Amino acid sequence: MTQPVLSVRDLRVEFVTRRGILKAIDGISFDIGKGEVLGVVGESGAGKSVTGSAVIGLIDPPGRIAGGEILLSGMRIDNLPPEEMRRVRGKRIGMIFQDPLTSLNPLYRVSEQLVETIRTHTNLSASAARKRAIDLLAEVGIPAPERRIDSYPHEFSGGMRQRVVIALALCAEPELIIADEPTTALDVSVQAQIIALLKKLGREHGTAIMLVTHDMGVIAETADRVAVMYAGRIAEIGPVRDVVQNPLHPYAKGLMGAIPSLESDTDRLVQIPGSMPRLSAIPPGCPFNPRCPYVFDRCRVERPEPIQHSEHRVACHLYDQSSVRSEAVA
Amino acid sequence: MFAFIIRRAFQAIGVLLAVGIISFAMFRFAGDPVNQIVSLDTPAAEREQVRRSLGLDDPVPVQFARYLSSAVRGEFGVSYQFRQPVSDLLAERMPATLELALCATLFAIGFGVLMGVYSGLKRDSFLAKVFQTVSLIGISLPTFLIGILLIYLFSVILGWLPSYGRGDTVRIGWWTTGFLTTSGLKALIMPSITLGLFQMTLIMRIVRAEMLEVLRTDYIKFARARGLTTRAIHFGHALKNTLVPVITIVGLQFGSVIAFAIITETVFQWPGMGLLFVQAVQNVDIPIMAAYLMLVALIFVVINLAVDILYTVVDPRLRTSIRQPA
Repeated sequence: MTQPVLSVRDLRVEFVTRRGILKAIDGISFDIGKGEVLGVVGESGAGKSVTGSAVIGLIDPPGRIAGGEILLSGMRIDNLPPEEMRRVRGKRIGMIFQDPLTSLNPLYRVSEQLVETIRTHTNLSASAARKRAIDLLAEVGIPAPERRIDSYPHEFSGGMRQRVVIALALCAEPELIIADEPTTALDVSVQAQIIALLKKLGREHGTAIMLVTHDMGVIAETADRVAVMYAGRIAEIGPVRDVVQNPLHPYAKGLMGAIPSLESDTDRLVQIPGSMPRLSAIPPGCPFNPRCPYVFDRCRVERPEPIQHSEHRVACHLYDQSSVRSEAVA
Repeated sequence: MFAFIIRRAFQAIGVLLAVGIISFAMFRFAGDPVNQIVSLDTPAAEREQVRRSLGLDDPVPVQFARYLSSAVRGEFGVSYQFRQPVSDLLAERMPATLELALCATLFAIGFGVLMGVYSGLKRDSFLAKVFQTVSLIGISLPTFLIGILLIYLFSVILGWLPSYGRGDTVRIGWWTTGFLTTSGLKALIMPSITLGLFQMTLIMRIVRAEMLEVLRTDYIKFARARGLTTRAIHFGHALKNTLVPVITIVGLQFGSVIAFAIITETVFQWPGMGLLFVQAVQNVDIPIMAAYLMLVALIFVVINLAVDILYTVVDPRLRTSIRQPA
């Protein structure tokens, strides 16, 4: 098996607050291969974005990486000194944020921001960098890039700005792109274009993409594999088709049940009762146990470790062979 | 852009006209001007003659029109106490005030921005806390007290700097400058600090607050995610975004620095317009007071216009909104 582009091992991220240490990410592991799109879904506060920030090394105090490893093409990057980590950012890992309206510095031309980024990571001359910037804008689908490159961000529409942001993330042909809710702030029609663009870029450059979103539709269309996060842990991870059509974890089942379907004739969408626990009040055992319809005694005391179950890896006692009631439900 | 400047110029004329009415009214409300000119025992016939020769018997609108037309030509009448044209007196004093205001503003901007950026970037460091405390003192201490304290320390105790005056000046055309002599430069130090201290602390606090604000924005986070160097992020991306409010403050404060140099000039016996104004107030020398009022208004109007134009240089978003007024 080839080496994954990104390999996260037992990552833990904590926030130190006055009321104690909050575990935002509590031991997650996953891999992303070359050219693969991993979708990361979950409710707000499940730790999706924090995972992305941790990978690119932008966790700000009081947050800190408390344990685990992050490997980029086999090289450990979570413990790099700041200056070396800066060189990795933008060059080997690109990042796209949620809101294209605020991601660009309003006072600089698009050309200035692109050339600045290109020249930070390469030895290109100013004119060569500008040429590359124009090529990048053409690649992300901005019409007449030679003319548009000297515009200011406010002169672009939201969708066009997100394309510029993607071009900026692509400046140094990174191995991995972390897209943190890249379509949430956009119109539905523009969302589809941006998703298609991301897919095309991943295919053509072999870039691994970590797509953080809470939009299951986007995941179903784009991702190869999907990780469902809940309260700082991965509840279930597996091929997107399997997880969407045949989710194992009760939380994932609830999520998928909440997607409206054109075919079935349900009147009401399934809703998971209750809400995700606050980080300061995560219940012992399985964090999902207060909301889980299949809860049994073990869930309240013992934390479920991820277990391989066909193509999926799922953290649920229901699928543990030693569990008493596993057969009754499965 | 051009239409914008024209529009602003008309507004400026409106403001100056209003100030002109006020300064003209001063002549009429501060008693009969003839009494100010003639001595106590002047006979009534002679008084009438003076009144006629100065045109003070004409209807008020005519007098106002005459006042305005001469003001436009830079003539503000003759000072009661010096018996010299007010315009000459002001022109003679203006270089001193402008040089002082310029030094004070440069001092305020230089130190204010540096200290503001530093305490914005390292807000928990010891030095940043020292700056915060010092700025509190700078904001709360009145100007004259700072001036007197400085004089006491550097002139009386240490004897390093002169306590009053401009030192030696060099005349270049009608302009006299203290920049070219050692004593002139030394004389500038304490008045500049005194005059600029409040502005410096103000700028420092604004830059600090703006830096903290800007560093939280998405585009700074994105700039970090792009792997830009810390220096490029802090000074290229963050600092430039703090500049719009700083320009506003510096611009408006430069006007105040000139207008309120009065106190500093009095403390240091600085031979500028402010000192002239104080003497004019003491002697009810209305032509000088009126002219000073007009001049300060003009300076404020010009600076405001310059500030508005500077905004558009810094922030491209304003260019479009000016081109297409809502």
